[in-house]
Amino acid sequence: MSKRSIIPILYILFLMLPIYWLVAMSFKTTNEILSGFSLFPQTFTLENYKVIFTDPSWYWGYINSIIYVSLNTVISITVALPAAYAFSRYSFLGDKTLFFWLLTNRMAPAAVFALPFFQLYSSVGLFDTHLAVALAHCLFNIPLAVWILEGFMGGVPKELDETAYVDGYSFPRFFVTIFLPTIKAGVGVAAFFCFMFSWVELLLAKTLTAVAAKPIAATMTKTASSAGYELGLLAAAGTLTIIPGAIVIYFVRNYIAKGFALGRV
Amino acid sequence: MKTENQKAWFFVLPVLLLVAFNALIPIMTVVNYSVQETFGDNLFFWEGLSWFEQILRSDRFHDALGRQFLFTFLILIIEVPLGIIIALSMPKKGIWVPVCLVTMALPMLIPWNVVGAMWNIFTLPDIGLLGYFINNTLGIEYNMTRSPVAAWVTIIVMDVWHWTSLVVLLSYAGLVSIPDAYYQAAKIDGASPWKVFRYIQLPKMKTVLTIAILLRFMDSFNIYTEPFVLTGGGPGNSTTLLSIDLVKIALGQFDLGPAAAMSLIYFAITLLVSWLFYTLMTKDDAK
Repeated sequence: MSKRSIIPILYILFLMLPIYWLVAMSFKTTNEILSGFSLFPQTFTLENYKVIFTDPSWYWGYINSIIYVSLNTVISITVALPAAYAFSRYSFLGDKTLFFWLLTNRMAPAAVFALPFFQLYSSVGLFDTHLAVALAHCLFNIPLAVWILEGFMGGVPKELDETAYVDGYSFPRFFVTIFLPTIKAGVGVAAFFCFMFSWVELLLAKTLTAVAAKPIAATMTKTASSAGYELGLLAAAGTLTIIPGAIVIYFVRNYIAKGFALGRV
Repeated sequence: MKTENQKAWFFVLPVLLLVAFNALIPIMTVVNYSVQETFGDNLFFWEGLSWFEQILRSDRFHDALGRQFLFTFLILIIEVPLGIIIALSMPKKGIWVPVCLVTMALPMLIPWNVVGAMWNIFTLPDIGLLGYFINNTLGIEYNMTRSPVAAWVTIIVMDVWHWTSLVVLLSYAGLVSIPDAYYQAAKIDGASPWKVFRYIQLPKMKTVLTIAILLRFMDSFNIYTEPFVLTGGGPGNSTTLLSIDLVKIALGQFDLGPAAAMSLIYFAITLLVSWLFYTLMTKDDAK
């Protein structure tokens, strides 16, 4: 262990402290939390988690979130794949302008779009559906997916495509059986970032849903105000929102660092 | 060389349609509101550019914009150097690499309002770990709901906690792409660590740092949920950033006209700064 490794260690400690506090609180009773400061849970309880796993209004929040996040990831990757291929292989009228325009959609403040989004999705009859949130999140996830995938595809030599055509492959068959497996790391990274940005976004998800598709993060804000301030419950719900992300990140850990490095600026 | 092929448009079409549906219709709605006045009942009156004039002249907008620039400036000058330093001191290979990457990426995967709520309970003066420590162990008065300075320090530290890892991951990706031969050559030439950083590592990180700064600028300039949950814009208006103010006007007061005009000005500023930075950073590459 060298001297310089103290920096990452200190940084990780700093990152873990608030998370520790959240997890520790989730095992305390609300009474204990409010009665004073304690570093570890004195009366260890699973009561908070039990409430979440038995009350449908809580656990449906998780299911809703996971449904629209998965839906968004699938839509984003499916439409971004051919587009990224076009950007990386062909030049066509307005390609550069289109690429920059796509990126500008990440710059629009979600707060700006909240109200128009509500009206738009209400008027097409999608309000309070998982599809509405999944489609709305495409606004910032598709550009990102195209950007990342284009970077990975750019790293694949064009000779691969040409050889396949000479061998008599049709384009769809080449794309699915040869090209996709070659860039599967890129697909993994792009899917990870789509998952991440859709999972953490709340403003649009909350605006576009009422009951049937309400995300977990919105359930938390509602409960916090109606049931007094149930800190233990809130902490348990918060802790559970970290887990899906942690699982996904574990699977793509070797690719995340590469993801942006290969993208073009 | 890329082949010229206009049929490539068919590949791009689904993306174009989906993004346009989400981007163009809402932005046209906003433009529509920004030039009209409404008294409810779906009655609209033409207002011309008066909302824009009103917003651009209002002190409230100037103050919020000032706070927004201050916030973005502060987090950039903290997160970027800090992220580079951490990336430089991370191990290049071995079992600790995935451990570092996974733990560091964790804060970015927490829903934004949970981040706000988490920092809220973390900093409560009587029962939060950090709040208790500062007040009782260090004996320094620290209460976010009373002191604007404490509120500012907290939202900055929260953002550093939340997003420095993005800079770390991107810089690290740039660093591991440097071939070992470069370092060996530098060693033979007797280059100092600073020279290695300045002439080998920094140039290699330039592309990814551009992405990192651009993403951090866009996202911090549009930040809403975390500071809103943490401080609610208070105490007073001290942490009312631009988007918090915008939501107050649009959904709190339901002043659609001014809110829409403000949205467009806000969007234009973000676009302009991003574009300037993007062109500046990529201009050198062309040389």
